[in-house]
Amino acid sequence: MKKNTRTGVGFLRAARSRIRARASAAVRHIFLAGFGVMMVYPLVWLVFSTFKPNVEVFSSPGILPENWVFTHWSEGWSAIRGHTFGRFFLNSMMISALAIVGTVLSCSLAAYAFSRFRFPLKKMWFAVLLVTMMLPEQVLMVPRYILFMNLGWIDNFAPLTVPHFFGASAFFIFLITQFIRGIPYDLDESSFIDGCSRVRFLWSILLPLMRPALFTAALFTFMWTWQDFMGPLIYITSVRLYPMPLALNLFLDAQAAVNWGALHAMMTFSIAPIIALFFVAQRYFVEGIVTTGIKG
Amino acid sequence: MNTAQTLQRRRRWAEFGTAYGFLSLWLIGLFVFTVWPFAHSIYLAFTNYSFDPQYEYVGFANFRRAVTDSLSLKSMDVTARFAIFSVPLRLAVALFVAVLLNKGIKGLGVYRTIYYIPSLVGSGVAVAIMWRRVFGRRGLFNNVIGLFGASGQDWIANPDTARLMLVLLSAWQFGSSMLIFLAALKQVPNEMYESAEIDGAGVVRQFFRITVPLISPVIFFNLTMNIINAFRVFTQAKIITNGGPMNETMFMVLNIYNQAFRFGNMGYASALSWVLLLIIGAVTAVNFVGSKYWVYYETKAR
Repeated sequence: MKKNTRTGVGFLRAARSRIRARASAAVRHIFLAGFGVMMVYPLVWLVFSTFKPNVEVFSSPGILPENWVFTHWSEGWSAIRGHTFGRFFLNSMMISALAIVGTVLSCSLAAYAFSRFRFPLKKMWFAVLLVTMMLPEQVLMVPRYILFMNLGWIDNFAPLTVPHFFGASAFFIFLITQFIRGIPYDLDESSFIDGCSRVRFLWSILLPLMRPALFTAALFTFMWTWQDFMGPLIYITSVRLYPMPLALNLFLDAQAAVNWGALHAMMTFSIAPIIALFFVAQRYFVEGIVTTGIKG
Repeated sequence: MNTAQTLQRRRRWAEFGTAYGFLSLWLIGLFVFTVWPFAHSIYLAFTNYSFDPQYEYVGFANFRRAVTDSLSLKSMDVTARFAIFSVPLRLAVALFVAVLLNKGIKGLGVYRTIYYIPSLVGSGVAVAIMWRRVFGRRGLFNNVIGLFGASGQDWIANPDTARLMLVLLSAWQFGSSMLIFLAALKQVPNEMYESAEIDGAGVVRQFFRITVPLISPVIFFNLTMNIINAFRVFTQAKIITNGGPMNETMFMVLNIYNQAFRFGNMGYASALSWVLLLIIGAVTAVNFVGSKYWVYYETKAR
């Protein structure tokens, strides 16, 4: 008898808490979905506005165009006299590709030294590395410009790419160092007993294992150089060498009456590679942010 | 014995050499692209250099101007106000959404993606132009509130609301902070909440008594990084408002850029950079000292 009531109460309690959990989940879903739609709405609106007549771009808050227009993309493509957006896209690609190669190369070498070697002043250099990670680049904008000017690198991709070959992104040295530290040391010892040199060990054993970290470094380097505005704004003066952000800025400023639909099309074009890459490599993005706290 | 020792010593030196070999690219970069410009900027800050090979030592004049000039003071005010509003707003939204996502919810991956996308593209020129289009007079926002019969204004050209629009743009990109919070929340043991619930603690109380203390190192980390980032705002201010209206969005970095590359006052701009660096350093230091009173490290308690 006593036992029975107890299970009855337990059953009731369990049922009540299950209902409460389900209700709370429903409320959370409604909020999260509503808020999420609000967050991405401007981006979705932007993409579809490239198919709207300009009058509609200014008047309709809706997503789908009432009248579909397909000319904005071609108008935008050749909106800047003398060059198409294909050119600017290639410029951006070139800068990003060089930056990625440089970062992966220089950062993995430095990270190997920090994670697998004992050498004098190691602690000091590592502290310096951490300090440069925190140092805002904007502070060095003026003297770096003078340096590159004296080197004759103005209006050239060099200021935007060469520093990457010399470990300019301290963040990734740190990231890769932490990653290598997670790889068991036994591997090194057994390879060295087998007579493997340090360089060969890095190249043929460590490098394949480091792939996830290198991939994360490459992804974020791409994101940053692709979207960098200040660097090109300072160093690049010829339109022929403009990367996408400068071209968009020129598009915005050059004409008194901006063809908004066409500009929106090119803005979408500039965002597309990042979004596409994110969907392909989402895992590496999330891991990169969570393990190092890099800003996306 | 002796030969063994020399052999060992030689091997050790070889190891040092190899290590510095691997480190060399970074070391060269460090000295050429960071240390040298850094030293050079100290020197320049005491001169009136402006691309002219003939320039003079001017003592502390640039620094005096940096802390008395009305535009420079305005830029400090603007940047500080921006940081004070945007950082807590972004972190609060990030933490709130992370908490909602944490307690086992279907479609976590989808939500995570949706909330992260603004962080992904938010720092670029395209989004800056988009923001101008969303909050302009005939922009998306006014069209939406128009559906409800309200009539808006040009939120970006209005000196009272321009900076708020940049704060909103910054808060919109809460996704990466949210991901970091989410990872931290996963580490909080579930038993803690269960026993708190048995003791009769409500959700709000659980949040402030369990969640916040346990993830306080991560809150501190996010706070530090976001404050530093708030001092670095440039692209948005340049594209969306170009410092206007009435210098209400004249951020410090934008002022430095203008002084250096529009007016050619390289010496003065160097001094402004140093003031910026000192301010960031001071704020970070205060932040670190303050953290002792509210950041809880589990290892210390043991």
